[in-house]
Amino acid sequence: VNVCVVGTGAVGSLFAASLSLLGDVEVWAYDLAQEHVDAINRDGLRLSGAGEVLGRPRATSDADDLPPCEFGIVATKAMHTEAAIAATAHAFAGGCVATVQNGLGNEETIAGHVERVIRGTTFPAGRLLEPGHVQWDVKGDTTLGPYDERTPLTEVERLADACTRAGLPAHAVEDARGPQWRKVIFNASTNPIGALTGLTHGRVCERPDLRTLVSGLVDEGKSVAAAQGIELDADPEELIDHAARRDVAYDHKASMLQDVEARRQTEVDYLNGGIVRFGQEHGVPTPLNAAIWALVKGLEAAWT
Amino acid sequence: VTRVVVAGAGSIGSLLAAHLARVADVTVLTRREEHARSLEEEGLHVSGRAEFTARVRATADPAALPDAELAILACKGTDLEPLAARLEGRLPGATVMTVQNGLGAEEIVAAHGGWPILSAVTFMSGTRHGDTRVEYVLDTATWVGPYRGTGEADARRVAALIKSSGLQAEGFPDLRPAQWSKLIFNATVNGVAALTALPHDFHFAQTEELSHLGHLVRDLVDEGKAVASAAGVDLHDDPWEMNVLATQRGHRHYPSMLEDVEARRPTELEQINGALVREARRLGVPVPLQTALYRLVKAREASYSE
Repeated sequence: VNVCVVGTGAVGSLFAASLSLLGDVEVWAYDLAQEHVDAINRDGLRLSGAGEVLGRPRATSDADDLPPCEFGIVATKAMHTEAAIAATAHAFAGGCVATVQNGLGNEETIAGHVERVIRGTTFPAGRLLEPGHVQWDVKGDTTLGPYDERTPLTEVERLADACTRAGLPAHAVEDARGPQWRKVIFNASTNPIGALTGLTHGRVCERPDLRTLVSGLVDEGKSVAAAQGIELDADPEELIDHAARRDVAYDHKASMLQDVEARRQTEVDYLNGGIVRFGQEHGVPTPLNAAIWALVKGLEAAWT
Repeated sequence: VTRVVVAGAGSIGSLLAAHLARVADVTVLTRREEHARSLEEEGLHVSGRAEFTARVRATADPAALPDAELAILACKGTDLEPLAARLEGRLPGATVMTVQNGLGAEEIVAAHGGWPILSAVTFMSGTRHGDTRVEYVLDTATWVGPYRGTGEADARRVAALIKSSGLQAEGFPDLRPAQWSKLIFNATVNGVAALTALPHDFHFAQTEELSHLGHLVRDLVDEGKAVASAAGVDLHDDPWEMNVLATQRGHRHYPSMLEDVEARRPTELEQINGALVREARRLGVPVPLQTALYRLVKAREASYSE
């Protein structure tokens, strides 16, 4: 089976390195960072931390090198989905493409280029240490489900099975929107608050006034999910409080705060922006998410 | 010659003191001894829209102030309480004028003495380049109105004095319509600027796309207008139009709240956004967006200690 991971930052590398250990899978890693590609082809793709893996995917920055693949796993940042899938779609003409990205709207973007799309949400996390080497910070599950009726569940199950055998536990489900929206609501309600205030997750949550604002954002997200008939697989409020514990993620600087400090474009368009767009489509007002979206876009505009 | 005390020599205080010194006998009350000394020795140099050096008297000691007909308290809102306390029992013949942003400055002063009080808002802006140098940037007006023991005639007289010194000023029978226009404008523009790090530029009026800031700015202004209306205030200017006009001037103004946040100083959040949110609660008007803005800037200040 040929599998191509599109975008091998931290999360993409976890998938590419782990899957390449399987005897029945040939893994391709597509990434635009030539240094990273060269390091992978020379020394392999190394994971350290939560798991020690030395994978041997075949890496390329040229989409023309890709053979026909049965599966794609898109793991770029959400703002690069369109360019990444436009470049690689030819390899997936007969296959299925899964997204394991953050936010809302990636499936729709991918479906603009390939027939069969798999909605995915993944919780493992890490960071790129140097070309060819990723620190694996957190283990976690992945949930995969067909994006629409064109994707057979049996194909989703094949991909989930491969991931699980490779050490990345994955479940195939009929409707994967629950975990996706749970994660989106969690991220949209906490990440931008950290980005706008400079506070860590724990310090955001211990201020009662800010925690109330977070709940206001969560409530809007839940209403938009409910209007679409999505059942969240867990309450984002509980996850937010859990993450605020000293022994969990009290001191964690949200990725969006890290983006802002490094003056990198954030994923706010696909988090709060996604909630606002889906809210509009389903007639659910989302004034707080709209306000937060505009403020973070303002921040981005201030340094461009 | 009218004797005037200007207390506080930030950019607004410096601009007022330097200009008024051309038509009145001005003493500046500073916080730092050394600041007063430099002013006495070097004078106060104005650049930008006007170019001159004013001779002023200055002291850091309230006991050394001459009595005056007019005392302008031009410090930042966060410094007003200690300043008013220092003036307790001083300046028996003076009418005291506040020019702070937001709401509540007059009450703070009234609690420290029986002076007649004038209330003012100022739209002019300047940039301080050290203790004795100030750049006159925006030549927009200062508006004056009666508050306690004063009337429209007093407001007009002081406005005329300021105008004769080369600054723009106007007197009103009731300042609240202007004060609330500026309150809503400041609560919106300063708060958004502090969080986004954007100077007050075209982004604040942009509404083509769903994520553009102009939508939020307009929604915040609408919340403020609902509070003003519940308070029985008929606004002098529409804060949205003030916003659009200011962004069209082409000058990218850095609101003080943004400068404060970048310098990690306390902001005038309580006097401006806090005052608006508290008025809204008192009047039973929901202001969810202004409340969110207030909480975010408040938290931003808390992050200084991270």
